[in-house]
Amino acid sequence: MSKSNLFLLALLVLVFVLAGCAAATPTPAPTATPITAPTAGPRPTVPPPGELVLMSHDSFAASESVIKEFETVNNVKLKILKSGDAGTALNKAILAKGNPLADVFFGVDNTFLSRALQADLFEAYKPASASQIPAAFALDPDFRLTPVDYGDVCLNYDRAYFQKKGIEPPQTLDDLTKPAYKGLVVVENPATSSPGLAFLLATIGHFGKDKYLDFWKALRANDLLVTEGWEDAYYAKSSWGGKGGDRPIVVSYATSPAAEVFFSEGKLTEPPTGNVLGDGACFRQIEFVGVLKGAKNAAAAKKFVEFMLSTKFQEDVPTQMFVFPVMPSTKLPDFFKFAETPKKPAVVSAADIDAHRDAWIKAWTETVLR
Amino acid sequence: MKLANALFILPLAFLAAFYFYPLAAILRISFAGESARGVWELFTDAYYARVLGWTIFQAALSTLLTLVAAFPAAYILARYDFRGAALLRALTTIPFLMPTIVVATAFSALLGPRGSVNLALMQCFQLEKPPLAILNTLWAILLAHTFYNFTIVMRIVGGFWANLDPQFENAARVLGASRARAFWHVTLPLLAPAIVAAALLVFIFDFTSFGVVLILGGPRLATLEVEIYRQTVNLFNLPTAAALSLLQLVCTFALMFAYTRLQARLAQPLRLRPQAVVRRHLQSAGERIGVGGYLVAMLFFLMTPLVSIVVASFAEGLGYYAELFVNRRGSITFVPPIDAVRHSLLFAGATVLLATALGLIAAYSLHANDRQPSSADRRHSFLRRFPSVIHVLDAVYMLPLGTSAVTLGFGFILALGDLRASVALVPIAHTLVAFPFVVRSVLPILRSIQPHLRQAAQALGASPARVWREIDLPIIARAVLVGAVFAFTVSMGEFGATALVARPEMPTIPVAIYRFLGQPGAINFGQALALATILMLVSAAAIVAMERWRVGDAEF
Repeated sequence: MSKSNLFLLALLVLVFVLAGCAAATPTPAPTATPITAPTAGPRPTVPPPGELVLMSHDSFAASESVIKEFETVNNVKLKILKSGDAGTALNKAILAKGNPLADVFFGVDNTFLSRALQADLFEAYKPASASQIPAAFALDPDFRLTPVDYGDVCLNYDRAYFQKKGIEPPQTLDDLTKPAYKGLVVVENPATSSPGLAFLLATIGHFGKDKYLDFWKALRANDLLVTEGWEDAYYAKSSWGGKGGDRPIVVSYATSPAAEVFFSEGKLTEPPTGNVLGDGACFRQIEFVGVLKGAKNAAAAKKFVEFMLSTKFQEDVPTQMFVFPVMPSTKLPDFFKFAETPKKPAVVSAADIDAHRDAWIKAWTETVLR
Repeated sequence: MKLANALFILPLAFLAAFYFYPLAAILRISFAGESARGVWELFTDAYYARVLGWTIFQAALSTLLTLVAAFPAAYILARYDFRGAALLRALTTIPFLMPTIVVATAFSALLGPRGSVNLALMQCFQLEKPPLAILNTLWAILLAHTFYNFTIVMRIVGGFWANLDPQFENAARVLGASRARAFWHVTLPLLAPAIVAAALLVFIFDFTSFGVVLILGGPRLATLEVEIYRQTVNLFNLPTAAALSLLQLVCTFALMFAYTRLQARLAQPLRLRPQAVVRRHLQSAGERIGVGGYLVAMLFFLMTPLVSIVVASFAEGLGYYAELFVNRRGSITFVPPIDAVRHSLLFAGATVLLATALGLIAAYSLHANDRQPSSADRRHSFLRRFPSVIHVLDAVYMLPLGTSAVTLGFGFILALGDLRASVALVPIAHTLVAFPFVVRSVLPILRSIQPHLRQAAQALGASPARVWREIDLPIIARAVLVGAVFAFTVSMGEFGATALVARPEMPTIPVAIYRFLGQPGAINFGQALALATILMLVSAAAIVAMERWRVGDAEF
């Protein structure tokens, strides 16, 4: 290659690179606001808004109006960093420790609680309304992590299927291993899916650490189907979600039947699915928020923690994320009358989960997949 | 030639900053305080040996199947001129950019126990049970890998073939060789560099396959990539994850190194011809039936899952599409479809520019080595003094393709400072995956340019710029375009690069699709399918537009 040629190419590349960078900078996206230094500004009366960065998993959602109110009241602009599924997001936060990507982190659940606390990621902050949170949810007495919402992972079943077949839907975990339910169940792999892990924990809580594998052996013998994630189980394998699947019992959330009604455009007045709510058949996931150590805007982060417990935000939680708010006094939306809650969900302590997660998943894999 | 060296540094600098540096950061953290023995124990663990064996096995089988299935398509699109060829090429690219979970639901709707194929068979033959049970078996993986990677073989082999002079084959025929003999002994050896390049890319994709294996193959059939994800995300066992990532990298590198040696031996300067000369119309009835029959079968295989998605998206008339524009819950995470399309095109455009530029330079820097060096060049080019450096370099350029996305993503978090949460990271991550395609697509054809063409032009007084414009450009234009289309496709489909970055709110179409699929309910499913249809439409339109683009008067 000759000089002039290369020069041309170099020029081209430079243009390309510049174009690429220019194209990649956030253009008039509504969320992207300039970060203004507090010192600069000819208008001293209204201080320019600060920025609060929230790191969360991909399922985080809230109403625009609710967030707007927080922004206006606190004169702060909220930037949301979605960072993958719950596990990935937390691990990223742990890796970024010391130089955090965000100020506040939402979405640590009780299966990851111990990992988050051991990593010493969060600053203790006890919100004013902490005393109203039921003790069952406040798993961290130091309030490095504050509970915001909870939801139960349960088995959903296809009502129409069982009506047509004239069989009773299952009530308990033990039912699933009976011949009547052979070839009907789908679960997600606990190694790759959060509801999958929650359901495994339900069986550990219910049957005990020594006995749960016997249940899984029996379930496997009863023609169990395992999928990688919830989407695949619900939309490709279930007998109601998408098309082509034939399994009427799927591990999902206790609120999924209510969501089915909500997302039916008024076509459904009754949920097409029901929950298996027998003792110990469900596992309760509790989601926490915390102020990240080294946060640039710790003051606003603390306000956001307070805000997540406020009536405004708590009332927003069911419609946006299909989980229950932790504050007992919160008014629930109408369609949540279809969201059932198990009387006795299985219980496994956060410390136990953290200590045995690897071993339990390995044992499960050996028993169910090999 | 100092400038040349400076320029050749660019792709390396890019890799150094956005690949090696983050990778080194995550590996360092992972192995800190870890004894070498712990890592060694991992490699002697029978379980991981089994995983590795299985990963290689399924990838090799998938690659072979893809080559066999797509080879005739490469031939037809290279040699025949018929209406709709450009559209056909664009259509075969669509599977490559479809989100796995959407394809999985389509496969299930067709081949699942209550899928249309099984229902039809049950009705036809009065069967009690669904006769086809291929989901969650090796067959589903093979089928899906062929479905996804068909276009790689078709485009890379076809692109090369399109410029191959038919005179060689004709000469053999005139000398009395049968068609088959002429093909085996003349055409196939000439095509070998392109075939090997395509096979390599397909193999790496299948080797590091994540979604396809997990979702369609079921969790029983874990590959290395799946194991890395599990160790990193679920167990946060970084030493094991890093060791497995390294194992995956070593495999990719070994493969690449062997390939570059082989490639250097296979490639030979050829008389490449413009496509206009090479292409011809379908003549005999037999030809028409043969070509037509294959194309129908090909379209049936590639399009049925896609068509089933489109059809299902119209189950409520335009209802699902209309719903896309309504932010019913006033949610802050609502993505207007126009925005998703705009973001996707923006990232894809940036990726195309960045990947094509870097890929082209990288291909030239690799080619510089195997050209007949003049003594002046030899004195100045540092790369040329170490020929083996080039072989290593060629392999190095392919490494990002063989790297676990989760591992690299965590490396970004550790290494990239303020850039970690920047939206610019999206096209950069896409470019890491896209630019090897440009290199693989351009290099075989670059190596086939007869050196004496350039020498003749020089001797006739053409300036170097003119030599490049008149000799190189017309010949490589097609291959550059093929690479650019791949870059576009990689970016539109995202390929798990989403996991790489902690992205601010600039969601693309696949991101929006996953959002809908993350919640239960008929409308969510319908909207996901509607968006998938929009993704297909936008991509097909953009690819057709790119294919129409011509460089100057070069008809390629």
